[in-house]
Amino acid sequence: MERASGIAADAATTIAARELVKRYGERVALRGVSLSAGRGELVAVIGPNGAGKTTLLSILAGIQPPDEGSVETASRIGWVPQQAALYGKLTVAENLMLFARLERVAEPSAVVQRMLALTDLEERADDQVSTLSGGNRQRVNIAIGLLGQPDVLLLDEPSSALDPRQRERLWEFILRLAEDGTTVVFATHHIQEADRYASQLIVLADGERVFDGSPRELEQATGTTGLDFEQAFVQFLHQRGH
Amino acid sequence: MRWLLVKDLRILRRSPLLVSLLVIYPIVIAVLIGFALSRGPDKPEVAFYNGLEGRPTQVELGGEQIDLAEEGQRLFDAIDPVPVDSRAEAIQKVEDGDVLGALVIPDDLASNIQSALEPGTVEVYYNAEDPAKRQYVENTIKSQVQDANSALTKRVAKEALQLLDLISEGGDYTFLGQDFDVLGLQRSEEILKAAREDLPEESPERAELDRVIAFASLARENLAFSDDVLNVVGEPIRVKATALDGGTTSLNSFAIALAVAVSLMFITLLLAAGTLALEREENAFARLVRGLVSRTALLVEKAGLATVCSVAVSLLMLAGLSLFVDLDWGRFPLWLAALVLAALAFAALGLAIGALTREVRAASLLAFMLCLPLAFLALVPSGAVAPALYDVIRAVSAAFPFKPALDALDAALNDAGDLGGPLLHLAGLALVFGALARVGLRRFA
Repeated sequence: MERASGIAADAATTIAARELVKRYGERVALRGVSLSAGRGELVAVIGPNGAGKTTLLSILAGIQPPDEGSVETASRIGWVPQQAALYGKLTVAENLMLFARLERVAEPSAVVQRMLALTDLEERADDQVSTLSGGNRQRVNIAIGLLGQPDVLLLDEPSSALDPRQRERLWEFILRLAEDGTTVVFATHHIQEADRYASQLIVLADGERVFDGSPRELEQATGTTGLDFEQAFVQFLHQRGH
Repeated sequence: MRWLLVKDLRILRRSPLLVSLLVIYPIVIAVLIGFALSRGPDKPEVAFYNGLEGRPTQVELGGEQIDLAEEGQRLFDAIDPVPVDSRAEAIQKVEDGDVLGALVIPDDLASNIQSALEPGTVEVYYNAEDPAKRQYVENTIKSQVQDANSALTKRVAKEALQLLDLISEGGDYTFLGQDFDVLGLQRSEEILKAAREDLPEESPERAELDRVIAFASLARENLAFSDDVLNVVGEPIRVKATALDGGTTSLNSFAIALAVAVSLMFITLLLAAGTLALEREENAFARLVRGLVSRTALLVEKAGLATVCSVAVSLLMLAGLSLFVDLDWGRFPLWLAALVLAALAFAALGLAIGALTREVRAASLLAFMLCLPLAFLALVPSGAVAPALYDVIRAVSAAFPFKPALDALDAALNDAGDLGGPLLHLAGLALVFGALARVGLRRFA
């Protein structure tokens, strides 16, 4: 597997994956999946359960290597796993400080204060994470992913544990990051979120990339313009035999 | 309710490690207890060399014929004798750990007892691997020899009583093939009373007086012989015990080493296993190892944490114990070396458990369940179980850190035996279990 820390071919591209294959024993989780994204781009990875979304993001994040294919990345990647990766017995500030120090960021205290402000968690800074709601935990989870000021932020189901109001605030936050030039790749089951926020859609089914384009292009591909986007997506999968 | 039960059974079915532990653990404990009960300390195997075999075993004590072979059977009431052909073979069996100890009946036992002037001596050999075993062997063998002594004492005392009765009452008595008609004090008194009444002071009835004189002489000889008998009666057989291997640690000092080893094991295993498993349970492991910390560094950090904590607690424990018992603080560097290496080996084992189980509760349970049998096995004395089983126990004990940790701590605290060997053993185990933990982390995320 090839994993480069810089992308020479196209300066605007911050992450590119080519022909990724991943197998777990007999089961093939990814079958030659490719993608690329540039600065400030919002890429949604959608698909049915077991399609390979989490596997794709974990390979992009460097958690596990692909069996075949290559990933070229920007120097800094932030990763936000689906389940909050936090220490419940530590406070919000202690969790942020720990990972800031592990990320070796300059002036960790200042960065922690900035993240607390960014995620609107200043008042909860001294609360143990185990006492937080699911939504607040997810905000801390995302804040940790942002500590290293990444060029690319990978989010696995970022809004799955949130209520509609919290989701709205989360997306406002993510959109601000994208406006500032951060590439955001997110996997989601909320098809409407993908339609609403993503500039690029990657549709996976049975480990295979079956679509790569904008939400409008997906509607056009199915000939379902004017329908609810979720219905268009389901129809697209039916047409492709999934 | 029914559906909750079905759900819980389904979860159990999908937790093979937990189910295996729950099933295998009681079986293992039951087998261990079964062995302890069926082959317990009341019938330990003891190599037995009988130097009297093929020689006369009859001795005469106070005119009583005693068959030492028959009396010796009492020694076997509480031991399972393993007959051997020589003293050397008996000692070899002890050194190999095949038997608890060896009992040697020397060739001259019968003649010594026959002399009635000094006790016969039997020889006992054993490995004093730990003070508990030494005390156990000494108690077992001494108890059996005391039983045999007691039996002989009864026989000889009975003979002595018959002699005293003869002196008092008179009667027939055979000694060295000759028959005697012993007059006895009672009849002498009657004769003397009659003679005093019937004879004038100058009467020549010398024959009667000669009988009295002869009786007096015989009575004196018999009483002198009774002195010899009574000298030996107190302890017809003595034991000469020889420890072939092991230190001279007292049971109290060994108990301190044991207590420290057990505490060190519990603290280190549970800490190392629990903290590693927690990284996965909190979903933090994947985040940590994607460039923030290497897997090896993570293991080193956990091992270091567990080692520092457990060594600190152990030193505090020793400081507390030193208020009640004498500990040689001059050996502190050796204590520290033993504690640190033992803690590192336990930590490596704990990390392997944590990497295997991947859940804090399962890791803690497995660590806890492993601790007790390891301590139990390390304390099984040679000879308390069948030789083949003892070899298995020794191999299992050598494969885990408890036994070498106990040996190292005993050597460091009590100057009992070699310290270098156990320290090297612990270092080797730390490397092996550390490598296993590292391999286990491959499938951790």
